[in-house]
Amino acid sequence: MTIKGKAYIAGIYEHPTRHAPDKSTAQLHAEVAKGAIEDAGLTKADIDGYFCAGDAPGGLWPMVDYLGLKVRHVDSTETGGCSYLIHLGHAAEAIAAGKCSIALVTLAGKPRTGPMPARAAGAEADFEAAYGATTHNAYGMCAMRHMHDYGTTSEQLAWIKVAASHHAQYNPHAMLKEVVTVEDVLNSPMISDPLHRMDCCVVTDGGGAMIVTTPEIAKSLKKPLVRLIGHGEAMKGPRGGKDLDLTYSAGVWSGPRAFEEAGVTPKDIKYASIYDSFTITVLMQLEDLGFCKKGEGGKFVADGNLISGVGKLPFNTDGGGLCSNHPVNRGGMTKILEAVRQLRGEAHPKVQVPNCDLAIAHGTGGLLGVRHAASTCILERV
Amino acid sequence: MAEAKKYPTPVTNPETAPFWEAAKAGKFLIKRCTACGERHYFPRSICPFCFSDKTEWEEASGEATVYTYSLMRKSPSGPYAIAYVTLKEGPSLQTNIVDCDLEKIKIGQKVKLVWKPTDGAPLPFFTAA
Repeated sequence: MTIKGKAYIAGIYEHPTRHAPDKSTAQLHAEVAKGAIEDAGLTKADIDGYFCAGDAPGGLWPMVDYLGLKVRHVDSTETGGCSYLIHLGHAAEAIAAGKCSIALVTLAGKPRTGPMPARAAGAEADFEAAYGATTHNAYGMCAMRHMHDYGTTSEQLAWIKVAASHHAQYNPHAMLKEVVTVEDVLNSPMISDPLHRMDCCVVTDGGGAMIVTTPEIAKSLKKPLVRLIGHGEAMKGPRGGKDLDLTYSAGVWSGPRAFEEAGVTPKDIKYASIYDSFTITVLMQLEDLGFCKKGEGGKFVADGNLISGVGKLPFNTDGGGLCSNHPVNRGGMTKILEAVRQLRGEAHPKVQVPNCDLAIAHGTGGLLGVRHAASTCILERV
Repeated sequence: MAEAKKYPTPVTNPETAPFWEAAKAGKFLIKRCTACGERHYFPRSICPFCFSDKTEWEEASGEATVYTYSLMRKSPSGPYAIAYVTLKEGPSLQTNIVDCDLEKIKIGQKVKLVWKPTDGAPLPFFTAA
Protein backbone atom coordinates (compact mmCIF):
# COMPACT_ATOMS: atom_id res chain seq x y z
CA MET A 1 0.00 0.00 0.00
CA THR A 2 1.29 3.46 -0.85
CA ILE A 3 -0.01 6.95 -1.53
CA LYS A 4 2.64 7.41 -4.22
CA GLY A 5 1.10 9.29 -7.12
CA LYS A 6 -2.44 8.89 -5.83
CA ALA A 7 -3.06 12.56 -4.98
CA TYR A 8 -2.34 15.78 -6.85
CA ILE A 9 -2.18 19.35 -5.59
CA ALA A 10 -4.53 21.09 -8.02
CA GLY A 11 -4.99 24.45 -6.34
CA ILE A 12 -2.89 26.73 -4.14
CA TYR A 13 -3.32 30.16 -2.63
CA GLU A 14 -1.25 32.26 -0.24
CA HIS A 15 -2.95 35.29 1.25
CA PRO A 16 -1.02 38.42 0.23
CA THR A 17 -1.64 40.10 3.59
CA ARG A 18 0.92 40.09 6.37
CA HIS A 19 -1.15 42.23 8.75
CA ALA A 20 -4.94 41.97 8.84
CA PRO A 21 -6.41 43.86 11.82
CA ASP A 22 -9.56 44.57 9.78
CA LYS A 23 -10.44 40.92 9.11
CA SER A 24 -11.66 38.00 11.22
CA THR A 25 -9.71 34.74 11.44
CA ALA A 26 -12.61 32.76 9.97
CA GLN A 27 -12.78 35.31 7.15
CA LEU A 28 -9.11 34.74 6.35
CA HIS A 29 -9.78 30.98 6.19
CA ALA A 30 -12.63 31.66 3.76
CA GLU A 31 -10.49 33.99 1.63
CA VAL A 32 -7.66 31.47 1.26
CA ALA A 33 -10.17 28.67 0.58
CA LYS A 34 -11.74 30.77 -2.17
CA GLY A 35 -8.31 31.54 -3.61
CA ALA A 36 -7.26 27.88 -3.76
CA ILE A 37 -10.59 26.72 -5.18
CA GLU A 38 -10.39 29.36 -7.93
CA ASP A 39 -6.74 28.55 -8.63
CA ALA A 40 -7.78 24.95 -9.26
CA GLY A 41 -10.68 26.03 -11.49
CA LEU A 42 -13.22 24.38 -9.21
CA THR A 43 -16.21 25.59 -7.20
CA LYS A 44 -16.97 25.24 -3.49
CA ALA A 45 -19.64 22.65 -4.29
CA ASP A 46 -16.90 20.36 -5.64
CA ILE A 47 -15.19 20.11 -2.22
CA ASP A 48 -15.98 16.82 -0.44
CA GLY A 49 -13.15 16.73 2.10
CA TYR A 50 -11.95 19.37 4.58
CA PHE A 51 -8.79 19.55 6.68
CA CYS A 52 -7.90 22.14 9.30
CA ALA A 53 -5.72 22.38 12.43
CA GLY A 54 -5.62 24.30 15.70
CA ASP A 55 -5.67 27.70 13.99
CA ALA A 56 -9.23 27.16 12.67
CA PRO A 57 -11.66 28.95 15.00
CA GLY A 58 -13.73 26.34 16.84
CA GLY A 59 -12.30 23.46 14.85
CA LEU A 60 -14.03 21.33 12.25
CA TRP A 61 -17.77 21.71 12.64
CA PRO A 62 -17.83 25.50 13.10
CA MET A 63 -15.49 25.86 10.11
CA VAL A 64 -17.40 23.47 7.86
CA ASP A 65 -20.60 25.32 8.74
CA TYR A 66 -19.05 28.80 8.35
CA LEU A 67 -17.56 27.96 4.97
CA GLY A 68 -20.82 26.31 3.87
CA LEU A 69 -19.16 23.04 2.93
CA LYS A 70 -20.84 19.68 2.47
CA VAL A 71 -18.13 17.12 3.04
CA ARG A 72 -17.86 13.37 3.48
CA HIS A 73 -14.37 13.28 4.98
CA VAL A 74 -12.73 15.53 7.61
CA ASP A 75 -9.45 15.59 9.55
CA SER A 76 -8.28 18.05 12.21
CA THR A 77 -4.86 16.59 12.94
CA GLU A 78 -3.05 19.19 15.03
CA THR A 79 0.73 19.15 15.02
CA GLY A 80 1.48 22.87 15.10
CA GLY A 81 3.29 24.32 12.11
CA CYS A 82 3.63 21.04 10.22
CA SER A 83 -0.09 20.18 10.50
CA TYR A 84 -0.66 21.04 6.82
CA LEU A 85 2.14 18.76 5.60
CA ILE A 86 0.50 15.96 7.56
CA HIS A 87 -2.88 17.00 6.16
CA LEU A 88 -1.46 16.62 2.66
CA GLY A 89 -0.36 13.07 3.46
CA HIS A 90 -3.68 12.25 5.12
CA ALA A 91 -5.63 13.78 2.23
CA ALA A 92 -3.70 11.50 -0.12
CA GLU A 93 -4.60 8.51 2.08
CA ALA A 94 -8.27 9.51 2.08
CA ILE A 95 -8.28 10.04 -1.68
CA ALA A 96 -6.50 6.73 -2.29
CA ALA A 97 -9.11 5.01 -0.11
CA GLY A 98 -11.99 6.71 -1.94
CA LYS A 99 -13.13 8.61 1.16
CA CYS A 100 -13.08 11.92 -0.70
CA SER A 101 -12.03 13.17 -4.13
CA ILE A 102 -11.41 16.91 -3.70
CA ALA A 103 -9.98 17.97 -0.35
CA LEU A 104 -9.57 21.53 0.89
CA VAL A 105 -6.89 22.35 3.48
CA THR A 106 -6.85 25.81 5.10
CA LEU A 107 -4.59 27.73 7.47
CA ALA A 108 -5.14 31.30 8.68
CA GLY A 109 -4.82 33.54 11.69
CA LYS A 110 -3.67 36.85 13.11
CA PRO A 111 -0.74 36.64 15.54
CA ARG A 112 0.58 39.99 14.31
CA THR A 113 -2.67 41.70 15.28
CA GLY A 114 -2.93 40.10 18.70
CA PRO A 115 -1.90 37.23 20.95
CA MET A 116 -2.87 33.70 20.02
CA PRO A 117 -5.21 31.73 22.32
CA ALA A 118 -3.46 29.47 24.85
CA ARG A 119 -3.23 25.78 24.09
CA ALA A 120 -4.49 23.02 26.37
CA ALA A 121 -1.79 21.76 28.74
CA GLY A 122 -0.32 18.28 28.55
CA ALA A 123 0.57 15.89 31.37
CA GLU A 124 3.93 17.67 31.75
CA ALA A 125 2.42 21.06 32.68
CA ASP A 126 3.21 21.12 36.42
CA PHE A 127 6.76 19.96 35.67
CA GLU A 128 7.58 22.45 32.89
CA ALA A 129 5.21 25.43 32.70
CA ALA A 130 7.11 27.47 35.29
CA TYR A 131 10.36 27.41 33.29
CA GLY A 132 9.20 29.71 30.52
CA ALA A 133 9.92 27.64 27.42
CA THR A 134 9.18 29.78 24.37
CA THR A 135 9.90 29.19 20.72
CA HIS A 136 13.01 31.37 21.00
CA ASN A 137 14.68 29.70 23.95
CA ALA A 138 13.58 26.15 23.08
CA TYR A 139 15.25 26.50 19.67
CA GLY A 140 18.09 28.39 21.35
CA MET A 141 18.80 25.31 23.49
CA CYS A 142 19.01 23.17 20.32
CA ALA A 143 21.41 25.62 18.70
CA MET A 144 23.53 25.85 21.84
CA ARG A 145 23.96 22.08 22.03
CA HIS A 146 24.50 21.75 18.26
CA MET A 147 27.33 24.30 18.51
CA HIS A 148 28.78 22.43 21.50
CA ASP A 149 28.67 19.00 19.85
CA TYR A 150 29.55 19.93 16.25
CA GLY A 151 31.24 23.32 16.31
CA THR A 152 28.43 24.98 14.39
CA THR A 153 28.86 28.77 14.39
CA SER A 154 26.59 31.81 14.42
CA GLU A 155 28.14 32.82 11.09
CA GLN A 156 27.01 29.54 9.53
CA LEU A 157 23.48 29.96 10.90
CA ALA A 158 23.44 33.52 9.56
CA TRP A 159 23.98 32.24 6.00
CA ILE A 160 20.50 30.69 6.16
CA LYS A 161 18.92 34.08 6.79
CA VAL A 162 21.14 35.66 4.13
CA ALA A 163 19.95 33.11 1.54
CA ALA A 164 16.30 33.67 2.49
CA SER A 165 16.74 37.43 2.15
CA HIS A 166 18.25 37.03 -1.33
CA HIS A 167 15.02 35.28 -2.36
CA ALA A 168 12.66 37.61 -0.50
CA GLN A 169 13.81 40.65 -2.46
CA TYR A 170 11.85 39.30 -5.44
CA ASN A 171 8.65 38.58 -3.51
CA PRO A 172 6.41 41.68 -3.55
CA HIS A 173 4.41 40.32 -0.60
CA ALA A 174 7.44 39.49 1.60
CA MET A 175 7.39 41.22 4.97
CA LEU A 176 11.18 41.76 4.89
CA LYS A 177 12.51 42.43 1.37
CA GLU A 178 15.92 43.81 2.25
CA VAL A 179 18.96 41.70 1.41
CA VAL A 180 21.04 41.19 4.55
CA THR A 181 24.62 40.06 5.21
CA VAL A 182 26.14 37.67 7.71
CA GLU A 183 27.35 40.73 9.65
CA ASP A 184 23.82 42.16 9.75
CA VAL A 185 22.58 38.95 11.36
CA LEU A 186 25.42 38.81 13.89
CA ASN A 187 24.92 42.49 14.76
CA SER A 188 21.20 42.11 15.34
CA PRO A 189 20.23 41.96 19.03
CA MET A 190 20.65 38.67 20.89
CA ILE A 191 17.17 37.36 21.71
CA SER A 192 17.88 34.01 23.36
CA ASP A 193 21.46 32.76 23.18
CA PRO A 194 22.75 31.93 20.65
CA LEU A 195 19.89 33.16 18.44
CA HIS A 196 19.86 36.76 17.24
CA ARG A 197 16.77 38.63 16.11
CA MET A 198 17.63 37.86 12.48
CA ASP A 199 17.87 34.14 13.27
CA CYS A 200 14.13 34.33 14.00
CA CYS A 201 11.21 34.21 11.57
CA VAL A 202 8.68 36.98 11.05
CA VAL A 203 5.33 37.11 12.87
CA THR A 204 2.57 37.59 10.31
CA ASP A 205 -1.19 37.54 9.94
CA GLY A 206 -2.50 35.73 6.89
CA GLY A 207 -2.83 32.18 5.69
CA GLY A 208 -2.84 29.76 2.82
CA ALA A 209 -4.82 26.91 1.35
CA MET A 210 -4.53 24.04 -1.08
CA ILE A 211 -6.75 21.65 -3.01
CA VAL A 212 -5.74 17.98 -3.08
CA THR A 213 -7.47 15.70 -5.57
CA THR A 214 -7.40 12.50 -7.61
CA PRO A 215 -5.14 12.05 -10.65
CA GLU A 216 -8.20 11.96 -12.93
CA ILE A 217 -9.67 15.21 -11.66
CA ALA A 218 -6.27 16.96 -11.64
CA LYS A 219 -5.76 15.98 -15.29
CA SER A 220 -9.17 17.42 -16.19
CA LEU A 221 -8.12 20.84 -14.81
CA LYS A 222 -5.84 23.43 -16.40
CA LYS A 223 -2.93 23.73 -13.96
CA PRO A 224 0.45 22.02 -14.40
CA LEU A 225 0.33 18.61 -12.71
CA VAL A 226 2.00 18.29 -9.32
CA ARG A 227 1.62 15.11 -7.31
CA LEU A 228 2.62 13.74 -3.92
CA ILE A 229 4.91 10.71 -4.23
CA GLY A 230 6.13 10.28 -0.67
CA HIS A 231 5.05 11.27 2.80
CA GLY A 232 6.32 10.76 6.32
CA GLU A 233 5.36 11.92 9.78
CA ALA A 234 6.93 11.43 13.20
CA MET A 235 7.11 12.86 16.70
CA LYS A 236 9.84 13.36 19.28
CA GLY A 237 9.98 14.49 22.90
CA PRO A 238 12.19 14.14 25.96
CA ARG A 239 10.53 10.76 26.70
CA GLY A 240 11.13 10.57 30.40
CA GLY A 241 14.51 12.27 30.10
CA LYS A 242 16.39 9.22 28.78
CA ASP A 243 19.30 9.82 26.37
CA LEU A 244 18.28 13.42 25.74
CA ASP A 245 19.67 14.66 22.41
CA LEU A 246 18.46 18.01 21.13
CA THR A 247 20.70 17.99 18.06
CA TYR A 248 18.31 15.97 15.95
CA SER A 249 14.58 16.18 15.24
CA ALA A 250 11.77 13.84 14.30
CA GLY A 251 12.80 14.60 10.71
CA VAL A 252 15.27 11.71 11.05
CA TRP A 253 12.22 9.44 10.91
CA SER A 254 9.74 11.36 8.72
CA GLY A 255 12.35 12.07 6.03
CA PRO A 256 13.51 8.50 5.28
CA ARG A 257 9.88 7.29 5.24
CA ALA A 258 9.00 9.91 2.62
CA PHE A 259 12.10 9.29 0.51
CA GLU A 260 11.59 5.53 0.62
CA GLU A 261 7.97 5.80 -0.49
CA ALA A 262 8.92 8.20 -3.27
CA GLY A 263 11.84 6.02 -4.38
CA VAL A 264 14.20 9.00 -4.54
CA THR A 265 17.10 10.31 -2.47
CA PRO A 266 18.09 13.78 -1.23
CA LYS A 267 20.55 14.01 -4.14
CA ASP A 268 17.62 13.92 -6.59
CA ILE A 269 15.86 16.95 -5.06
CA LYS A 270 15.95 20.11 -7.21
CA TYR A 271 14.21 22.46 -4.77
CA ALA A 272 13.71 22.30 -0.99
CA SER A 273 11.08 24.03 1.14
CA ILE A 274 12.46 23.63 4.66
CA TYR A 275 10.69 24.95 7.73
CA ASP A 276 12.50 28.05 8.92
CA SER A 277 11.00 29.17 12.20
CA PHE A 278 14.63 29.86 13.10
CA THR A 279 17.89 29.43 11.24
CA ILE A 280 18.77 26.44 13.44
CA THR A 281 15.52 24.75 12.37
CA VAL A 282 16.73 24.72 8.76
CA LEU A 283 20.23 23.53 9.61
CA MET A 284 19.00 20.61 11.73
CA GLN A 285 16.35 19.59 9.18
CA LEU A 286 18.87 19.53 6.32
CA GLU A 287 21.00 17.15 8.36
CA ASP A 288 18.06 15.06 9.51
CA LEU A 289 16.70 14.71 5.97
CA GLY A 290 20.08 13.52 4.72
CA PHE A 291 21.14 16.50 2.59
CA CYS A 292 24.39 16.35 4.55
CA LYS A 293 25.78 14.34 7.45
CA LYS A 294 24.77 15.09 11.04
CA GLY A 295 26.99 17.88 12.29
CA GLU A 296 27.93 19.13 8.82
CA GLY A 297 24.90 21.38 8.37
CA GLY A 298 26.96 24.46 9.19
CA LYS A 299 29.37 23.82 6.34
CA PHE A 300 26.50 22.86 4.03
CA VAL A 301 24.55 26.11 4.42
CA ALA A 302 27.54 28.47 4.31
CA ASP A 303 28.66 30.60 1.38
CA GLY A 304 25.30 30.85 -0.31
CA ASN A 305 24.72 27.13 -0.88
CA LEU A 306 20.97 27.64 -0.35
CA ILE A 307 20.63 30.60 -2.75
CA SER A 308 18.80 29.83 -5.99
CA GLY A 309 21.12 30.14 -8.97
CA VAL A 310 24.19 30.23 -6.71
CA GLY A 311 24.24 27.18 -4.46
CA LYS A 312 23.56 23.46 -4.82
CA LEU A 313 20.26 23.36 -2.92
CA PRO A 314 17.87 26.27 -3.61
CA PHE A 315 15.61 26.61 -0.58
CA ASN A 316 12.57 28.72 0.40
CA THR A 317 12.60 30.80 -2.76
CA ASP A 318 9.63 32.87 -1.56
CA GLY A 319 11.80 34.21 1.27
CA GLY A 320 10.38 31.63 3.67
CA GLY A 321 9.35 32.28 7.23
CA LEU A 322 12.58 34.13 7.91
CA CYS A 323 11.70 36.95 5.50
CA SER A 324 8.34 36.54 3.76
CA ASN A 325 5.56 34.94 5.76
CA HIS A 326 4.95 32.72 8.77
CA PRO A 327 1.18 32.95 9.02
CA VAL A 328 -0.24 32.07 12.45
CA ASN A 329 3.28 31.09 13.57
CA ARG A 330 2.78 28.00 11.42
CA GLY A 331 5.02 27.61 8.37
CA GLY A 332 3.99 24.23 6.97
CA MET A 333 1.43 25.48 4.47
CA THR A 334 3.67 28.10 2.84
CA LYS A 335 6.36 25.42 2.49
CA ILE A 336 4.01 23.37 0.31
CA LEU A 337 2.81 26.40 -1.66
CA GLU A 338 6.27 27.52 -2.76
CA ALA A 339 7.25 23.94 -3.65
CA VAL A 340 4.17 23.74 -5.89
CA ARG A 341 5.04 27.10 -7.49
CA GLN A 342 8.52 25.80 -8.25
CA LEU A 343 7.18 22.58 -9.76
CA ARG A 344 4.63 24.50 -11.82
CA GLY A 345 7.31 26.93 -13.00
CA GLU A 346 5.39 29.76 -11.32
CA ALA A 347 8.10 30.96 -8.92
CA HIS A 348 9.61 34.40 -9.54
CA PRO A 349 11.88 34.17 -12.62
CA LYS A 350 14.85 35.36 -10.55
CA VAL A 351 14.50 32.37 -8.21
CA GLN A 352 12.80 29.76 -10.41
CA VAL A 353 14.86 26.55 -10.46
CA PRO A 354 15.32 25.46 -14.09
CA ASN A 355 13.45 22.27 -14.99
CA CYS A 356 12.28 21.81 -11.43
CA ASP A 357 10.57 18.41 -11.45
CA LEU A 358 11.25 17.12 -7.93
CA ALA A 359 10.86 19.04 -4.68
CA ILE A 360 10.66 18.43 -0.96
CA ALA A 361 8.44 20.28 1.48
CA HIS A 362 9.35 19.57 5.08
CA GLY A 363 8.30 21.06 8.37
CA THR A 364 8.22 20.71 12.11
CA GLY A 365 5.58 21.73 14.61
CA GLY A 366 5.68 22.40 18.32
CA LEU A 367 9.01 23.16 19.99
CA LEU A 368 12.09 21.47 18.53
CA GLY A 369 13.77 21.61 21.95
CA VAL A 370 10.81 20.19 23.84
CA ARG A 371 8.08 18.19 22.05
CA HIS A 372 7.53 18.37 18.33
CA ALA A 373 6.24 16.70 15.21
CA ALA A 374 7.84 16.56 11.78
CA SER A 375 6.39 15.84 8.38
CA THR A 376 8.02 15.38 4.99
CA CYS A 377 6.35 15.52 1.58
CA ILE A 378 8.07 14.66 -1.70
CA LEU A 379 6.38 16.33 -4.66
CA GLU A 380 6.85 15.66 -8.35
CA ARG A 381 5.87 17.47 -11.54
CA VAL A 382 4.25 15.02 -13.93
CA MET B 1 16.09 44.54 45.03
CA ALA B 2 13.53 43.25 42.57
CA GLU B 3 10.61 41.29 43.93
CA ALA B 4 11.02 37.51 43.82
CA LYS B 5 9.59 36.07 40.62
CA LYS B 6 6.13 34.57 41.14
CA TYR B 7 5.92 31.00 39.90
CA PRO B 8 2.69 29.12 39.08
CA THR B 9 1.29 26.81 41.72
CA PRO B 10 1.36 23.15 40.67
CA VAL B 11 -2.18 21.92 40.02
CA THR B 12 -1.18 18.34 40.93
CA ASN B 13 -3.27 15.22 40.30
CA PRO B 14 -3.56 11.75 41.86
CA GLU B 15 -0.68 10.45 39.74
CA THR B 16 1.80 13.16 40.73
CA ALA B 17 0.58 14.13 44.23
CA PRO B 18 3.33 12.11 46.01
CA PHE B 19 5.98 14.13 44.13
CA TRP B 20 4.52 17.42 45.32
CA GLU B 21 3.97 16.18 48.89
CA ALA B 22 7.63 15.17 49.02
CA ALA B 23 8.64 18.51 47.52
CA LYS B 24 6.96 20.26 50.44
CA ALA B 25 9.31 18.24 52.69
CA GLY B 26 12.32 19.21 50.53
CA LYS B 27 12.63 15.80 48.88
CA PHE B 28 13.13 15.55 45.11
CA LEU B 29 11.56 12.35 43.80
CA ILE B 30 11.97 10.62 40.47
CA LYS B 31 10.43 7.37 39.29
CA ARG B 32 12.23 4.05 38.81
CA CYS B 33 10.73 1.06 37.06
CA THR B 34 11.41 -2.19 38.91
CA ALA B 35 10.69 -4.21 35.76
CA CYS B 36 13.26 -2.64 33.40
CA GLY B 37 15.31 -0.66 35.93
CA GLU B 38 15.06 2.62 34.01
CA ARG B 39 14.50 5.90 35.83
CA HIS B 40 12.36 8.63 34.33
CA TYR B 41 11.16 12.20 34.90
CA PHE B 42 8.54 13.76 35.02
CA PRO B 43 6.87 10.96 36.94
CA ARG B 44 4.37 8.57 35.36
CA SER B 45 2.59 5.62 36.96
CA ILE B 46 3.33 3.43 33.93
CA CYS B 47 6.94 3.24 32.72
CA PRO B 48 7.37 5.14 29.41
CA PHE B 49 10.02 2.63 28.33
CA CYS B 50 8.70 -0.88 29.06
CA PHE B 51 5.10 0.08 29.93
CA SER B 52 5.19 -1.83 33.20
CA ASP B 53 3.08 -0.47 36.06
CA LYS B 54 5.78 -1.46 38.56
CA THR B 55 7.20 2.01 39.06
CA GLU B 56 8.47 3.25 42.39
CA TRP B 57 9.30 6.65 43.84
CA GLU B 58 12.98 7.21 44.55
CA GLU B 59 14.67 10.23 46.09
CA ALA B 60 17.23 11.83 43.78
CA SER B 61 20.42 13.53 44.95
CA GLY B 62 19.67 16.87 43.29
CA GLU B 63 23.12 16.77 41.66
CA ALA B 64 23.14 17.36 37.91
CA THR B 65 25.09 18.72 34.94
CA VAL B 66 23.93 21.23 32.35
CA TYR B 67 23.02 19.49 29.07
CA THR B 68 22.09 22.72 27.29
CA TYR B 69 20.68 26.15 28.06
CA SER B 70 19.57 29.41 26.50
CA LEU B 71 19.62 32.79 28.17
CA MET B 72 16.34 34.46 27.26
CA ARG B 73 17.18 38.16 27.08
CA LYS B 74 13.88 39.54 25.79
CA SER B 75 11.34 38.84 28.49
CA PRO B 76 8.88 41.17 30.25
CA SER B 77 9.87 39.56 33.58
CA GLY B 78 13.61 40.00 32.96
CA PRO B 79 16.28 37.66 31.58
CA TYR B 80 16.15 34.01 32.61
CA ALA B 81 18.07 30.88 31.73
CA ILE B 82 16.08 27.88 30.55
CA ALA B 83 18.05 24.65 30.57
CA TYR B 84 18.01 20.90 30.43
CA VAL B 85 20.05 19.32 33.18
CA THR B 86 20.99 15.65 33.44
CA LEU B 87 20.55 14.22 36.93
CA LYS B 88 23.31 12.10 38.46
CA GLU B 89 20.69 9.32 38.49
CA GLY B 90 20.25 9.51 34.69
CA PRO B 91 17.15 11.35 33.50
CA SER B 92 17.37 14.83 31.98
CA LEU B 93 14.78 17.46 32.76
CA GLN B 94 13.75 20.96 31.80
CA THR B 95 14.40 23.65 34.39
CA ASN B 96 15.81 27.13 34.93
CA ILE B 97 19.29 27.92 36.19
CA VAL B 98 18.87 30.50 38.96
CA ASP B 99 20.68 32.42 41.73
CA CYS B 100 24.06 32.56 39.96
CA ASP B 101 25.74 34.52 37.17
CA LEU B 102 23.62 33.54 34.16
CA GLU B 103 26.27 34.86 31.75
CA LYS B 104 28.69 32.20 33.02
CA ILE B 105 26.57 29.10 32.46
CA LYS B 106 28.39 26.40 30.50
CA ILE B 107 27.31 23.09 29.02
CA GLY B 108 28.70 20.33 31.25
CA GLN B 109 28.76 22.56 34.33
CA LYS B 110 27.77 20.98 37.65
CA VAL B 111 24.54 22.28 39.19
CA LYS B 112 22.47 21.46 42.25
CA LEU B 113 18.80 21.53 43.15
CA VAL B 114 17.14 24.52 44.80
CA TRP B 115 13.45 24.88 45.60
CA LYS B 116 11.43 27.98 44.76
CA PRO B 117 8.19 28.68 46.61
CA THR B 118 4.73 28.92 45.07
CA ASP B 119 1.36 29.30 46.77
CA GLY B 120 1.34 25.49 47.01
CA ALA B 121 4.19 22.98 46.68
CA PRO B 122 7.62 24.40 45.77
CA LEU B 123 9.16 23.91 42.30
CA PRO B 124 12.59 22.40 41.51
CA PHE B 125 15.23 24.71 40.01
CA PHE B 126 19.00 24.38 39.70
CA THR B 127 21.92 26.63 40.54
CA ALA B 128 25.70 26.51 40.10
CA ALA B 129 27.18 23.81 42.36
